[in-house]
Amino acid sequence: MTRYRLAFAITGAVAMLFPVYWMVVTAISSSADMRGPGLHLWPTSVRWENLTDPLSKFPYGMWAVNSVFIAVVAVVLTVVINLIAGYAFAKLRFPGRNVLFILIISTLMVPVQVVMVPQFHLVVDFGLIGSDWGVIVPRLAEAFGLFMARQFMMAIPDELIEAAQCDGSSQWRIFRTVVLPLCRPLIAVLVIFTFMWRWNEFAWPLIVLKDPESYTLQVGLLFLKNQYGQDYGSLMAMSLLSMIPMIIVFALFQRHFVEGMARSGIK
Amino acid sequence: MATVRTRRAREALTGLAFAAPAVAVFAVFMFWPLIQVFWISLQQTRGFGIAKWVGLQNYQEILSDKIFWTALWNTALYTAISVPLCLVAGLAAALLLNRRMPARGLIRAVYYLPAVISGVSSALIGAWLFNEDIGLVNRILDVVGLGPVPWQSEGVPALFSLVAISLWIGLGFNMVVYLAALQGIPREVFEAARCDGASRWATLRRITIPQLGPTTFFLIVIGIINSFQVFDIVYVMTGGGPGNSTTMLVTYAYSAGFEQRQQGYASAIGVVLYLIVLVMTIVQWRVNKRRDVA
Repeated sequence: MTRYRLAFAITGAVAMLFPVYWMVVTAISSSADMRGPGLHLWPTSVRWENLTDPLSKFPYGMWAVNSVFIAVVAVVLTVVINLIAGYAFAKLRFPGRNVLFILIISTLMVPVQVVMVPQFHLVVDFGLIGSDWGVIVPRLAEAFGLFMARQFMMAIPDELIEAAQCDGSSQWRIFRTVVLPLCRPLIAVLVIFTFMWRWNEFAWPLIVLKDPESYTLQVGLLFLKNQYGQDYGSLMAMSLLSMIPMIIVFALFQRHFVEGMARSGIK
Repeated sequence: MATVRTRRAREALTGLAFAAPAVAVFAVFMFWPLIQVFWISLQQTRGFGIAKWVGLQNYQEILSDKIFWTALWNTALYTAISVPLCLVAGLAAALLLNRRMPARGLIRAVYYLPAVISGVSSALIGAWLFNEDIGLVNRILDVVGLGPVPWQSEGVPALFSLVAISLWIGLGFNMVVYLAALQGIPREVFEAARCDGASRWATLRRITIPQLGPTTFFLIVIGIINSFQVFDIVYVMTGGGPGNSTTMLVTYAYSAGFEQRQQGYASAIGVVLYLIVLVMTIVQWRVNKRRDVA
């Protein structure tokens, strides 16, 4: 029985990995090999032109720089905002706290496409159209991260905070020296998920960024799809390159991904 | 007395100051757009020209817009196939990987991997695998003798190719949530069933699945809400084609707003989408509340 189980599990894993494997095969094969007669499930020759050709023809490096800039800045700002607000909503009493929190949480389910037109108008009004900041700023309103931060900080014992208060520490100092050091697992989850969302984001940068030089990798990949048509070798190579940072983050923090996702699922 | 009061006042001020950046961002980029979208949906806007007030005309147009109804139907059909598939596959994977086995962590990670790949990259893999002329799926079908399937030139196969990719992406999330829920079922329940001589199948049907009820419900609601927002894979893989046979509500709203530049009309579609998601959320909330009371 256990042996069947393992066989099933491995078959499933092979099936799940196969599309990624096929990307790799396509990326290093010539397009003649992929179209030619006879079906090969493995590469018959290795060809690096798929990698070098698009890199020399298109501003792929710029797209990577833009993607990194947007993801890193968005992660830093979003996580800082969510941490301090999470602390306020979890531990500090102030007027309007509950109403504000419910209002923010109620936006969890709002699809991007509902607010894209008004958000676009705002970005135009602020003069941010076509710039990285136009991609970053509207996405700082991240309800899921704030929700997770508050949930996590509610579990921190009040006594710890009160003890520090009796020592005469300011709230800012308490937050920095008492609360934050306890929040490492939370910070890990927030950083990882925010990075993933911003790195993989497509619809909003597609709306905001106009000039091909300013594209992110995801928008750039769509641009390449329209350039290369049926020639998938280069497309798969570029797509693989764009996945590398995400795969590394996943490999390093796999446990956090799974725990974070599971936590979002159980209430 | 005075010190308590000043301390309270100071705490309130600190709280407001700490919450201020988040509240400001939400106010400007979420709450205000949510009000604005209703306002814009009552206007006719073409390009960046001056908007004209047209009352409910956009909504009347929606009612008689064939493409809108096609998009709604496609979205519903995609949801109706994709959500149950992801659910069943996720549960099967969770049950399979809940027992001890060699390399379990690694296998779980592999199942979850597609969830961290971007929608665009997933769609590009999909477009390549399901390419009608030279894609691998049709080449294999050709070898087996099942002939080429018109994945790109006919509507139903195109929709199924999207469902296949959505299953690949969504399986891992469903599995992870089910795995966590399985940990929450008391061991004694299973032991009691074993003592009573219940078969594996009976245990699954009478104990495991009912115990997972709330989780299943949660996954269905989340699945429906996510499916109603499916954009990246559709836009990149099929572009809504062939014809409008895979146009979804959100891809239609996008093309109305940013390709045809009818932003009032796009906002009206957005409002309809908002109402659908709102109903789903309220249903979930009501059911959860009833369950908590019971």
